Amino acid sequence: MSFVLNDEEQMLRDSARSFLSETAPVTAFRKLRDENNPDGFSRDLWSSMAEMGWTGILVEEDHGGADFGVFAAGLLLQEMGRTLTPSPFLSTAVLAATALRVAGSDAQKAKWLPKIVSGETVIGFAVDERARHNPDSINTTAKKQGNGLVLNGTKRFVANGAAADAVIVVARNEDGAPCLVLVDCNQKGVTRKARRTVDSHLPADFTFEDVALDGDALLDGADNTEGALKHILDVGRACVAAESLGVAEQAFDVTIDYIKEREQFGVPIASFQGLQHRAAHLLSEIEMARSIVMKALRTLDETPSQAPIWAAAAKAKATAVSRLATSEGIQMFGGVGMTDEYDIGLYYKRAQAAGEFLGDDAWGAGQVAKLSGY
Amino acid sequence: MSLETFRKETRDWLEANCPPGMRVPAKGEADICWGGRNWTFASDDQRIWLERMAERGWTVPTWPKEYGGGGLTKEEGFVLKEEMKAMKARSPLDSFGIWMLGPALLKYGSEEQKREHLPKIARGEIRWCQGYSEPGAGSDLASLRTKGVLDGDEYVINGQKVWTSYADKSDWIFALVRTEADAPKHLGISFILIDMDTPGVSTKPIKLISGKSPFCETFFDDARAPVSNVVGKPGQGWDIAKYLLSHERAGIVSDAVSGGLNPVGAAHLAGEVDEKGRIADPILRGDVARLTIDALAFEATLRRVKDEADKGEGVGAKASILKYVGTELNKRRHELNMSALGSDGLLWEGEKEEDGEAARSWLRSRANSIEGGTSEIQLNIVAKRVLELPGT
Ligand SMILES: Cc1cc2nc3c(=O)[nH]c(=O)nc-3n(C[C@H](O)[C@H](O)[C@H](O)COP(=O)(O)OP(=O)(O)OC[C@H]3O[C@@H](n4cnc5c(N)ncnc54)[C@H](O)[C@@H]3O)c2cc1C
Repeated sequence: MSFVLNDEEQMLRDSARSFLSETAPVTAFRKLRDENNPDGFSRDLWSSMAEMGWTGILVEEDHGGADFGVFAAGLLLQEMGRTLTPSPFLSTAVLAATALRVAGSDAQKAKWLPKIVSGETVIGFAVDERARHNPDSINTTAKKQGNGLVLNGTKRFVANGAAADAVIVVARNEDGAPCLVLVDCNQKGVTRKARRTVDSHLPADFTFEDVALDGDALLDGADNTEGALKHILDVGRACVAAESLGVAEQAFDVTIDYIKEREQFGVPIASFQGLQHRAAHLLSEIEMARSIVMKALRTLDETPSQAPIWAAAAKAKATAVSRLATSEGIQMFGGVGMTDEYDIGLYYKRAQAAGEFLGDDAWGAGQVAKLSGY
Repeated sequence: MSLETFRKETRDWLEANCPPGMRVPAKGEADICWGGRNWTFASDDQRIWLERMAERGWTVPTWPKEYGGGGLTKEEGFVLKEEMKAMKARSPLDSFGIWMLGPALLKYGSEEQKREHLPKIARGEIRWCQGYSEPGAGSDLASLRTKGVLDGDEYVINGQKVWTSYADKSDWIFALVRTEADAPKHLGISFILIDMDTPGVSTKPIKLISGKSPFCETFFDDARAPVSNVVGKPGQGWDIAKYLLSHERAGIVSDAVSGGLNPVGAAHLAGEVDEKGRIADPILRGDVARLTIDALAFEATLRRVKDEADKGEGVGAKASILKYVGTELNKRRHELNMSALGSDGLLWEGEKEEDGEAARSWLRSRANSIEGGTSEIQLNIVAKRVLELPGT
């Protein structure tokens, strides 16, 4: 396992960085927000991501994907974190694509994966039913009915839910075992309510009321759906952790630039030791988060059996560090840090929202204790 | 030889040669082998283990063979470490010679100095101590005043060092001495090797909060050292000192992850676990989990810094990040260990040799963020050299 990027990864990162800073900088995000964009992201940008092959980053070549691996997906999200670029990348290209890949039947893969790769569809991944992430507490049911299924339950804060064409729902079958069903959002019995969140994203709450589904809505291609679900969530966690890392890095960089420039008492405020020590502490924490996120992403590609503890730990660390970096950022900016005009507040909001998604630092700590047997 | 073959042969050799007594954790500081002229081995196993490892050059596996090392590549050295860890084999020898002076001599020493000193370090024959700090020169080390005046081909040295760890047990000292009185603060310092048996060198122990006296004041009264004992050029001492400090810092932090100390085990020892074997107090359990997360992140960072260094990106001032995070982490680990042990951790003396060890180690860990440059100094370095923030 290597902690440095190989040439291909380096190229991917560099091209993502220049593409995003040109096409989807923070000003573009502000525009979406101020125009109350009904999707919460730019459809054009999503198409461009498809053209560049990003949407297929976790899809096998047989289905038109680039199959670059979780580490590469994390690199892209890290860059999106830096520019606060909203898109269905995490929900569709990471979570849904991984779900189909590890739990879909051949027919389901053939039907859906090319649509993900081409960017023509947005698929949400619906797991949580309560405010805090808890994949063990699933009350949504998918029970057999004739040759098909009937789905009942509610899901909350499904990322990109407002724009989704379909959602993959984590439910329980009649035996109480977890299962995954792919539901078209226009299906009878599906209602959704878009929620505008503090970070200007548009997730949605879903209600499924006696939704009648074909048998092929059930993703039943895995030997062990429960194991597959854990893996999907770990991939998601490591990737969100990468996004949080990007948020932290950029918040830190703009803060350092600012304190070098801003003068008080006739000197740059960066010359004050009170700020220097906090900045150096922050950098140290960001370095720790960077290493553990890389470790989690690589482990998912190379030795997935060891990934659960690293994914949980990386999610926890990146969550805590991105909150620290952004809140310290606001503090060091002083008054202007509280204004909407300055970007640091936008980073603070995203750090909080990304931190909650798929388990925050407290959740990760509980998981690490459990997986370590104490 | 492929790395795989190397791994297998190493495992076999360790399996055949590491004595059973060296495959259990050390019972506190007294049980760790430091070597030196006056060393008395704690057990036969300790002696045999040192001899066997030294013979292969594996006390210093990556040093060149001609200087008593094992001549291993970095990767091989890493494999050796992993295999030793896997079988819980102890380090055969710990010494300032290995992790501080050795690297500095390899880089700056003359051929003669290398041939003279390195093999003795590798075999644990000579124990070294570090004469840097002075009563008036701690964090501001470059203001040190111990003076060396040239007299023929010898320096006559006068002054006082303080906090010299193990000076009373050491054979030689590597000391920073001001030899160019008129040069600017950082430029007049020389790095000199001095035999502690030299007339005019004396030491006096200082007692610590841990109840031990591992360190001393060291005095030089007209002590003489030949000019040939200067490492590098006269006046180049500061560069060498800094290079050595980066190794010292790396040595101090290696404890933070490997430390052997484990609050979970402590909770078990104290019976503070529930019926499922989990730490009973949920808040302590959470604290330990957060510590575990930070330790995992730190471990990954050590690997990353190594990978980056191998790729030629260098470590440089990042060593300060490792020193800062690693030592703060180690202190936290000891604090949690004490919490998990509850009143059992407070034991100071008892029937067994290891009684009181938890409290002593906890107290000793407070020094981690002071020795080798304080946490505040590390943060200064990160701010100035990594982040390039302006001075006041
Ligand atoms: C267990 C132990 C073993 C040691 N072993 C050795 C040894 O073998 N050889 C040797 O030479 N030395 C040794 N030392 C000495 C050690 O390197 C010094 O103690 C250390 O560098 C700090 O110096 P000081 O104690 O004089 O503290 P001071 O420099 O007086 O510092 C006091 C406080 O002020 C802070 N401070 C100082 N300057 C600044 C600044 N510019 N900005 C912000 N804060 C600042 C410090 O961080 C600290 O908190 C050892 C120390 C310990 C504790």
